[in-house]
Amino acid sequence: MRDVAVIGVGCTEFGEHWGTSFRDLFVKAGALALEDAGLSGENLDALYVGNMSAGRFVEQEHIGALIADYAGLATNHVPSTRVEAACASGGLAFRQAVIAVASGMEDIVVAAGVEKMTDVGTGASVDMLASAADREWEGFAGATFPGLYAMIATDYMHRYPLTREQLAQVAVKNHENGAKNPIAQFRNRITVDTVLNSSLVADPLRLFDCSPITDGAAAVVVVPLERAREFTDSPVRVLASAQASDTIALHDRRDISTLDASVAAGKRAFAQAGLTHKDIDMLEVHDCFTIAEICAIEDLGFCKKGEAGRLTEEGVTALGGEIPVNTSGGLKACGHPVGATGIKQIYEIVNQLRGEAAGRQVDAEIGMAHNVGGTGATVVVHILGA
Amino acid sequence: MSVSRFWRKIPQRYNLIGTQCTSCGRYFFPPRSLCPDCRRSGKIVDHKFNGEGTVVTYTVIRSASDQFEHTTPYVLAIVELDEGPRLTTQVACLPEEAKIGMRVRSVFRRIAADGESGTIHYGTKFVPVE
Ligand SMILES: [Zn+2]
Repeated sequence: MRDVAVIGVGCTEFGEHWGTSFRDLFVKAGALALEDAGLSGENLDALYVGNMSAGRFVEQEHIGALIADYAGLATNHVPSTRVEAACASGGLAFRQAVIAVASGMEDIVVAAGVEKMTDVGTGASVDMLASAADREWEGFAGATFPGLYAMIATDYMHRYPLTREQLAQVAVKNHENGAKNPIAQFRNRITVDTVLNSSLVADPLRLFDCSPITDGAAAVVVVPLERAREFTDSPVRVLASAQASDTIALHDRRDISTLDASVAAGKRAFAQAGLTHKDIDMLEVHDCFTIAEICAIEDLGFCKKGEAGRLTEEGVTALGGEIPVNTSGGLKACGHPVGATGIKQIYEIVNQLRGEAAGRQVDAEIGMAHNVGGTGATVVVHILGA
Repeated sequence: MSVSRFWRKIPQRYNLIGTQCTSCGRYFFPPRSLCPDCRRSGKIVDHKFNGEGTVVTYTVIRSASDQFEHTTPYVLAIVELDEGPRLTTQVACLPEEAKIGMRVRSVFRRIAADGESGTIHYGTKFVPVE
């Protein structure tokens, strides 16, 4: 196995891109990543694209080929593979690229993620996102995606001392960070009251507990570490790439408010990297809902179950805190184009480790990315080091 | 949901019929044709559940997909059947009545409709036990 490094990253602005098509979003992110790496397209060996549901959002399948074509790689016949694991599609595409390079099969590989979600109405997108869970035995009963996370929140708040205000503080912090991120969908600051006065979506979760519907794309370039200096003076090393599965349905989990796949992927990542929690300087976690960030911090082992709400309230996870979480603004404020989110997390960590995160810069040499598919049926964890 | 996909599981949806692995005794609902514990050595048979259980967790859905929008708000819960397995279901009660630990039993009800003139899907919901 070879060591792998990231040599370039690119990301579109996240938001509602009424005037930009699915393929144009991708091409923009890919071009930014290649430019950052000082590459032109012709030296690419392969492309891995994370995308959850183009078939339903824009009625287009065969995404790998489409993207290779519009990225100008078809005439060179660059192999291009679509990777899907619901909201973890991006993290999984990155992992496939890392595996391809580590194995020695491919040298210069792009991992990307893209989603165009705003071409359909809200009811339709609620229905599509529910397909990340069990369509036949959760969706059929009327479970929405926020509804499933709401049931996690109900269980969690019944068992642990998490207040409604602490939960709201997750969104407040992530908007604070998003306000400092030029690609974020929401760059406005909010208060606990903003969250508590927003409309109920699925009790106890309110509109401002939920990540938005977003268009966006992100791309990164990975190469063998031994070649990284050919392209850049500041390569970022991939120290661990781990993945874990769990039951597709929430009702079949061992514990409703612990994502066992987060626990397993986190442990595997720490073991691979030979690191402990003290070595991690920043986290990008999958806060599709505020309760998901609380669970992620605990399930990855950064504190005991039941403590993440208090730590959030005390500012431990804020930009200036001991362990900054979601410096990008997270899914909540940066936005959540589902297939692109996992790549955006890598983009954010690379920016932070290179010292290029401007107004939201934290002091970090090692960062961890945590990307969840569905309610935790797939979890992908990466550790990157400067 | 497509008509064939719905009809395929009609006995299970209407009558709460799941499966049991006779090798280890574990019950499954939704039905499974492979026991995750015994895998190839497990023998799977149908099992009709008695329909009583307890609410493990719940929410009140206020914003739903188009199929369910006319039903909002509704109580959605994970119910643990007395035989052990858990399932996701609606509980026909007022939002403020829903509680963790509440005893419920299954009833046959209309679940959703595909549009104004589309297929009406029936299935199992739960109601509070008096
Ligand atoms: Zn068995």
